[in-house]
Amino acid sequence: MEFFRIRKDIPFMRHALVFNIISLITFLAAVFFLATKGLHFSVEFTGGTLLEVSYTQAPDLGKIRQQLESDGFADPQVQNFGSSRDVLIRVPLTKGAESSKVGEQVMASLMKVPEGTQSAGAGGTASAMTPQLKRVEFVGPQVGKELAEDGALALLLVIVGIVLYLAFRFEWRFAVSAIIANLHDVVIILGFFAFFRWEFSLPVLAAVLAVLGYSVNESVVVFDRVRETFKKKRGMTTPQVLDHAITSTISRTIITHGSTQMMVTSMLIFGGAALHYFALALTIGICFGIYSSVLVASPLVMWMGVSREQFVKPKAEKQEAVV
Amino acid sequence: MNRYPLWKNATVLIALVLGLLYTLPNFFGEAPAVQVASVKATHKVDARLMSQVEAALKAAAVTPQGVVLDLNSIRVRLADTDTQLKAKDAIEKALNPVAAEASYSVALNLVSDSPNWLSGIHALPMYLGLDLRGGVHFLLQVDMKGALTKRLDSIGADLRGLMRDKNIRHGGIVREGQTVAIRFRDAEARDKARAVLNDSQPDLQLVDAQDGADFRLVATLKLQAEKRIQEFAVKQNITTLHNRINELGVAEPVIQQQGIDRIVVQLPGVQDTAKAKDILGRTATLEVRMVDDEASANMDIMEQAARGQPPPGTEYYIERGGRGLLVKKQVVLTGERLTDAQAGFDSQTQEPAVHLSLDSSGARIFKDVTRESVGKRMAILLIEKGKGEVVTAPVIRTEIGGGRVQISGRMSTVEANDVALLLRAGSLAAPMEIIEERTVGPSLGADNIAKGFNSTMWGFIAISVFMISYYLLFGVVSVLALSANLLFLVALLSLLQATLTLPGIAAIALTLGMAIDANVLINERVREELRGGNSPQASITAGYERAWATILDSNITTLIAGVALLIFGSGPVRGFAVVHCLGILTSIFSSVVVSRALINLIYGHRRKLGSVSIGQVWKPGV
Repeated sequence: MEFFRIRKDIPFMRHALVFNIISLITFLAAVFFLATKGLHFSVEFTGGTLLEVSYTQAPDLGKIRQQLESDGFADPQVQNFGSSRDVLIRVPLTKGAESSKVGEQVMASLMKVPEGTQSAGAGGTASAMTPQLKRVEFVGPQVGKELAEDGALALLLVIVGIVLYLAFRFEWRFAVSAIIANLHDVVIILGFFAFFRWEFSLPVLAAVLAVLGYSVNESVVVFDRVRETFKKKRGMTTPQVLDHAITSTISRTIITHGSTQMMVTSMLIFGGAALHYFALALTIGICFGIYSSVLVASPLVMWMGVSREQFVKPKAEKQEAVV
Repeated sequence: MNRYPLWKNATVLIALVLGLLYTLPNFFGEAPAVQVASVKATHKVDARLMSQVEAALKAAAVTPQGVVLDLNSIRVRLADTDTQLKAKDAIEKALNPVAAEASYSVALNLVSDSPNWLSGIHALPMYLGLDLRGGVHFLLQVDMKGALTKRLDSIGADLRGLMRDKNIRHGGIVREGQTVAIRFRDAEARDKARAVLNDSQPDLQLVDAQDGADFRLVATLKLQAEKRIQEFAVKQNITTLHNRINELGVAEPVIQQQGIDRIVVQLPGVQDTAKAKDILGRTATLEVRMVDDEASANMDIMEQAARGQPPPGTEYYIERGGRGLLVKKQVVLTGERLTDAQAGFDSQTQEPAVHLSLDSSGARIFKDVTRESVGKRMAILLIEKGKGEVVTAPVIRTEIGGGRVQISGRMSTVEANDVALLLRAGSLAAPMEIIEERTVGPSLGADNIAKGFNSTMWGFIAISVFMISYYLLFGVVSVLALSANLLFLVALLSLLQATLTLPGIAAIALTLGMAIDANVLINERVREELRGGNSPQASITAGYERAWATILDSNITTLIAGVALLIFGSGPVRGFAVVHCLGILTSIFSSVVVSRALINLIYGHRRKLGSVSIGQVWKPGV
């Protein structure tokens, strides 16, 4: 089998401007949604209490919400989680109250939810309406703040680390364009999370950072080829070299990302609610990763004026290439 | 030319065998077990207890599959859950004859069912996090400021006593925030006080201040003293928590310091958070009382007391040595007066001893009491849940002033340590607050394992099917390399006993999905070389060598992200990062070295190789 029967180098660079404009628009849209809608942070970041309870029959979420509100919980969120019988309840932090007791108070409140809460009513025996606690999470305010800070620091460390490494291995132009291209992925993933109001939790943060490292891979593979082509072939213009490098690695790009996506899709299908947003962040990251590292990073390198001379001059460079 | 030297093949083989060996325990599952741990620090878990347990099992006609003694517990492995319950009852009855005064916790637990020789080489199954096996997780914040103010309060009391002893007149000693200020009427008194404090209070830093007509001496804790007090506070709180949690009968509690001022408590299998919280927050108290020596020496009275009729005004206790003892009900001192207890040695006789420090009012009471009762015995009791226990009952030899008390004589070093620990364990050194709490039900844990496992399995199958149909034999080699990667990863995780969480399982899946990249790179390169008209053998060599630089670069960038997560991540992110980083390392080895070894084995020895099975090599224009 061979999926990629490419006779000539595909002239990606001819359309470089178009690609850059497309990504600029998506990027701006993502920033817009981030600014206007903001991220829907999970309890881990905001602090508060989260309970996952399961009923033997689907309960009426509205009644649960009412009961919680009448018991003095301000702004409780009640939603289904995975199935209609599993309910996720989030209660924000309240000042003054002994916050670590909130979990028990919520459970007590749930027990009080009146009988016959289902729309059908008939099957609502007492035992059917008794919720079973599956999971409680309580996060104090100091922890959440730290997590957000640590997350930002981790992102910074990844960026600095990758730029330094690429600048050392290749050239600063590559380093800068690779990181710009991939940061634009990160912003777009966050944009999706803001637009759809998906929950941004710690595993999602991990996924975003993992995707950042992974997409830079992609740029690295293309750049490796660019360097190699510059050294081996004379008389090609810079756009031609870039086209050649992208074309000759496109099969690998698609196959690799396809394989990784198979794994991620499997997580989306079998991983359940706990891994849902994690896998979703990865999916967006992988799709935009292909696009940005190939069609954003390469034009950026071109605009920044990469040329053959930067690679061929020093002898030491040449020896490295033989390795 | 496509042949590996012997040492390289041997390396691959050894790595695979080790990988298999350390992955093996994960397949054996777990066997029911009964775990015995001590609830009180005065009762040790040792070989004697082990023989006691074995005897109890024999008496109940239960044959255990193995009895293991480890650092602080005894585990009895059993064939099935029926005998597990039977064994638990038998051991419980033998060790704790009176249920209300249990000295040992006997808990049902699961232990790895792998054969003993595997456990012998430390091949254990992966350590599952709470989200996979269910349980409670608490993150407690120790109030460091509270620890310091508590200490400063007692220093303030000390200073008052000191000023009085040295006849220095002062206009009041007050704690103001994190300082203690002493007022004086004149500079002379202040100078005198400063000289005294410099000698007797090495932890304090003194600064002069003028406040209107008043001369003030402001004392703050020196930085290293502050640090020492805080370290001590966390350590003592951990000790106290240990003692309390032991009572819960949790099979494998985790109590660890995290950062400088936090304590993580993980209780696998515990569902009742309310009870757990209650126990974490409870305080035990320490009391010093006098022993009624006359009555204690009288055999008749003692016999009566042992039967539950002690003389009025006294209580009957059994000392650690096993002898009975009558203790007066009147409390001389409480644990609040005790600032520290350390095991050490008597400076003259070099006997093991316990050194106690009392605060100033405690010291004064102690001085008075000891002056009146030289030659008599005093008892130090630990009162928990309304029940007391005599920790030690030493004889008073001389009057003791100054608040530094030494208990020595007829003690081993171990005993001295135990007593010091018990005395310290009485209460929390600083208040604690729960800042994070997570409870995961056991069914959810099992659910999470199944979900993680299914995602990985189906993803792996999908990738395998694609790789084999696209690259044929090279695809098979790639899949074998990927399996080796999984093997190494699981073996490493088992060997390091790193905590596996649900994000960790996701990381295994993701790492596998990413690791296939290296093999795709290699296979595409080999195809490209073939397309360029190279001979098959040369194409294999060139393909692997050219791809190597790219593989290294791309893995390093991924690793940078992984390490950043490892450094800054906490909780679930950390679990993800550990697996991710390990996976990147194993994937470099397996996708390059292992797959090359296999390819060499298949094609390397053929001198005339007409073609290789890598799928269709399409050439433009053909």
